[in-house]
Amino acid sequence: MSTSEIDRQWTTRLRRRVEGKLPPEKLLPDTQPTYVSSWIYVFGIATLSSLGVVIGTGCILALRGPQWWHGSAYGHFINSMHLWSVEIFFFAMVVHLWGKFAMAAWRGGRALTWMTGVVTFLVSIGAGFTGYVSQSNFDSQWISTQAKDGINATGAGAYFNVLNLGQMLMWHIVLLPLGAIVLTGMHVLMVRIKGVVPPFEEGAEVAE
Amino acid sequence: MSKKSFRPDVDAPKWKGGYSPYDIIKEGTIALVVILVLTLIFAIVFGSPDEKAITVRTWSNADPIDFATTALSELNGTSTSAAYGAPYNNVPGSGQAMGPLKLEQWVGVRIPINAGKDFVISPLKSLPDQPILDQNLKTWSTASTTTQNSWLSSYGKAAAKMKVVKGQIVVNTTSAGPLPVMINDLTQMARSGALDQALVTGHGFYTTDYTKPLLFLADSGYLSNLASNQHLTGDQWGMMNETGSYPGQAWLWLYTFWYQIPPFNTSASGDALVFATMGVLSLLLLFVPFIPGLRSIPRKLKIYRLIWREHYQDSK
Amino acid sequence: MAFLLSFAALIPLDNLGHYIQWHFIEISIANLIVMILMVVTFIVALVAPFPGRSRRKENR
Ligand code: HEM
Repeated sequence: MSTSEIDRQWTTRLRRRVEGKLPPEKLLPDTQPTYVSSWIYVFGIATLSSLGVVIGTGCILALRGPQWWHGSAYGHFINSMHLWSVEIFFFAMVVHLWGKFAMAAWRGGRALTWMTGVVTFLVSIGAGFTGYVSQSNFDSQWISTQAKDGINATGAGAYFNVLNLGQMLMWHIVLLPLGAIVLTGMHVLMVRIKGVVPPFEEGAEVAE
Repeated sequence: MSKKSFRPDVDAPKWKGGYSPYDIIKEGTIALVVILVLTLIFAIVFGSPDEKAITVRTWSNADPIDFATTALSELNGTSTSAAYGAPYNNVPGSGQAMGPLKLEQWVGVRIPINAGKDFVISPLKSLPDQPILDQNLKTWSTASTTTQNSWLSSYGKAAAKMKVVKGQIVVNTTSAGPLPVMINDLTQMARSGALDQALVTGHGFYTTDYTKPLLFLADSGYLSNLASNQHLTGDQWGMMNETGSYPGQAWLWLYTFWYQIPPFNTSASGDALVFATMGVLSLLLLFVPFIPGLRSIPRKLKIYRLIWREHYQDSK
Repeated sequence: MAFLLSFAALIPLDNLGHYIQWHFIEISIANLIVMILMVVTFIVALVAPFPGRSRRKENR
């Protein structure tokens, strides 16, 4: 096999692209530019960590099935952890969003990082919502019967039936978490590829 | 990148400054531990809400008259479900629109609900060995629509003075045909819990679909009264509230905000308008990096000077 | 210890919440606290000194 033949292989080409874009020292850096010196930078990682806790506690809830936590004190406690990690997750994500907006962190070819962030935000709202309607308690009865009107008004309610517990639970524990995880993965990888956005240049205000 | 074409809100200057040590794995581990501890503290101190679901049984026992009048509204077509339109049923003039976009109607009936039949007639028919009820159901189904309507209107008028006597629904009318028996028997069925079963098992033994019982419950005054006590209704910004005094989905504040102001809270297409507005705003957020003006806000706000104040001090 | 075995919350928030009403604005105390905390956290994150400043100076 000639070298050029190897060069042309899909596998080789993919590996080289990954190596070029995301060498190990970019994926797991050991230095940061000196301007990265503010507490606002921790909110991305805080969001990521709380997503981890949300998923971890969700997996424990999944072990014994959807009805378990209503009747078990331990189950209810895991549900409490799940709820509070969700609150922390959104809390951290919103502060993260404000921070990235304040830095205009889409500059320098980082628009896709911003956009995956926004889509993750929207998908997370969907994941939270389907969680609320999958609780199988009074809260979910009320939320689902209210939310149906909004979703029906868009036409989507004919296919995305919030009154169908099975459908909502599947979206909540399979489809939307999968979406959130994949999107978050892309988001974080893009940050690593591009590096953290540099500050505005002093005096740059004159240019528009 | 020539200096001339440099757009400060789109391009980023190349970093020529220094680097400092940074341990990403350590930072990540610390963050995870901190979040886990915070979660544990909140869970231990506050717990989480789990208000038991209501049932048709609890509803009909707590408020038999509300139940009986709701059942009547399913038959005479005045309940929310009966008059809903798409995606549940065909009701001329129903459904919301975003201007010329009548998405709800275009999609059509996909989750067919015939309120009177599904919530009243079919459950009653499922009761075994009820000769008197069966006779009345037969009278109902063989009557003309005109006759049915006159029964419904007589019953409706008398229902204003509906009473519960020894657990039985009593209305003072003789011109409502089979309706007094039907409504009373349905109420007894509901109070026994049998109606809950009849509504969920519409698809057979196994089910995970609660569309019918939820729609029926939502037609009641009972559910919305409970919700309103808990500040959960739409005009109470309920979308972001939680039962008890737990924080709810505070991130829905903007979504629920629109429901409080005109034209959203006055329009018959309020939901559609709110969704359209939020859709547009979400797109704006998504495309901030490309929208001139919007993308310059951070540079003009100057919050970045706080974030990078060390950098600007150092470069002076 | 008893708690650890019972898994009960120390201060369950199951009782009906308090709500603030101002013109058409209505918000639960719990949500208000969350939102105020969010803004406060944001501001603190902006102004609080980030540790490691001295080390960075040496690097320059
Ligand atoms: C599941 C949700 C999210 C997770 C787990 C997440 C995580 C992260 C992490 C770990 C970083 C790098 C560290 C940092 O600068 O904070 C980052 C950067 C970034 N995030 Fe997010 N994020 C999420 C949602 C969002 C949202 C909603 C937005 C904005 C709409 C956003 C916009 C950005 C941008 C533009 C960067 C690049 C920062 C830079 O170059 O300085 N992210 N994100």
